[in-house]
Amino acid sequence: MQCEICKTNTATVHLTEIIDSHRTESHLCQNCAQKQGVTIKSQLSLNELLSSLLAAHQQTGENEAVEKTKKVCGECGMSMEQFRKQALLGCPNDYKVFDDDLKDIIEKTQDNNSEHKGKRLTQMEPTPAQQQDKIEDLKNQLAQAVKAENYELAAKLRDQLKALS
Amino acid sequence: MRLTDLSMKTSRWFDPASPLSDIVVSSRIRLARNLAGHKFTTCCSVEEKTKILKTLKEVILSLGSLGDIFFIDIEHGSNIERDLLVERQLISRNLAAGSGPRGVVIAQNELFAAQINEEDHLRLSVLAPGLNVEKCWQRIDEIDDAIGKQITYAFSPRYGFLTACPTNLGTGIRVSVMMHLPAIKMTEQLKKLFESVRDMNLTVRGLFGEGTEAIGDFFQISNQVTLGVSEKKIVDDFQNLIIPKIVEYERIARDKLLAKDVNILDDKIARALALLKSARLISSHEAMFLLSNLRMGINMGRVKEIPIETINELFLLTQPAHLQMNNGRILNPEQRDILRAETLRAKLN
Repeated sequence: MQCEICKTNTATVHLTEIIDSHRTESHLCQNCAQKQGVTIKSQLSLNELLSSLLAAHQQTGENEAVEKTKKVCGECGMSMEQFRKQALLGCPNDYKVFDDDLKDIIEKTQDNNSEHKGKRLTQMEPTPAQQQDKIEDLKNQLAQAVKAENYELAAKLRDQLKALS
Repeated sequence: MRLTDLSMKTSRWFDPASPLSDIVVSSRIRLARNLAGHKFTTCCSVEEKTKILKTLKEVILSLGSLGDIFFIDIEHGSNIERDLLVERQLISRNLAAGSGPRGVVIAQNELFAAQINEEDHLRLSVLAPGLNVEKCWQRIDEIDDAIGKQITYAFSPRYGFLTACPTNLGTGIRVSVMMHLPAIKMTEQLKKLFESVRDMNLTVRGLFGEGTEAIGDFFQISNQVTLGVSEKKIVDDFQNLIIPKIVEYERIARDKLLAKDVNILDDKIARALALLKSARLISSHEAMFLLSNLRMGINMGRVKEIPIETINELFLLTQPAHLQMNNGRILNPEQRDILRAETLRAKLN
């Protein structure tokens, strides 16, 4: 393919711009791209990268995707169509609702990875109210254990209560 | 704490005493987090955003380990205040330009910032001057744990921390190292660098410019992949492999300039100094470009009479919002160009 500007060199820089879901493509050689300041700009931001992937995704699977795009998240009202436009999800639940569609997109943007390997959720410290609830619960269980003459369980529950108070 | 207290001084991210600071300006780690049981910011009502802002603000302000910290309301701030925080890299352009209840908690030393109601509910960031990625990770990991004990983050065992954009999913980590690479640029090796960096799944962005444009040979190198790789591995790669390698390229390029093109080098530096010392009108773009050449000159021992601290300070003091904040009024571009030239002459002569 020839460069659109100088019309002599081979086009090696292929730009796809999507503005308000209107798609334009340009094909330039390295030199002309550099003159246009494109070399650095061709480092797409992640969101741009994602939008272009999403647009491509939509074009290839247009027909079979019609059914899927009708799916809407019950918590935030988001649809896949909306996500394709803004590249942002509406709520954590979307990852479950649109799992089929997202799986592919996630793997493409995340170097084919599909599972988290990092830090896990920190254990929450119980609030004073939660702590009190737990103590009450243990006391009830202890009373029942004593009533049922299950002294082994009662001893365990007593130790747990001691540790909490 | 008032914002004018910030605008008068150099940011800590330019500390000449930190590791490899002649080439590595600063290291930064950002973590993206969201609260469970809420919609993501873009889908939130004003009420929900207000609630999230209040919750996160209270939790973060109550952490004992952050030293002097204060909250800045971005929704009700002026444009200059927002721009000042962007110029100092304390908030993103996205938060500045956003809408509705949003804000930032900042440490007085500017090495910690927690943006609330950005693209994600919480964007924590920890910064250290020079090559200090590991130190940033230790710090931000502790802060993240402390916050996670008081609120429940949106998390899935399979996908990790859930983020509004799937490109941040998993660890939610973005490591960014800001580098000054004038010799790689002068020896025309930027393209090669960008290509190899891209092959490693990293992004390069210019700094100080609008969006992605690079002004003054400052570049930010960041990881792109956030899922399927542990934070420790990403941090370790930046600290011990990627950045030391780029530093080495820049050193080789500097040595090559000294050995083969010393006249071209000295000419570039001397012209930069002469213009900065005598210009009467200077745009922010031109000032950045010249200061970058001068910074290279000082760090390569070609200019001895100006301390590097002065140059580092001028990178910030000559930015539009800094000029206006320090002058106490809104200035049009021409007034700014005059004032910028005055500031430069006063500091360099």
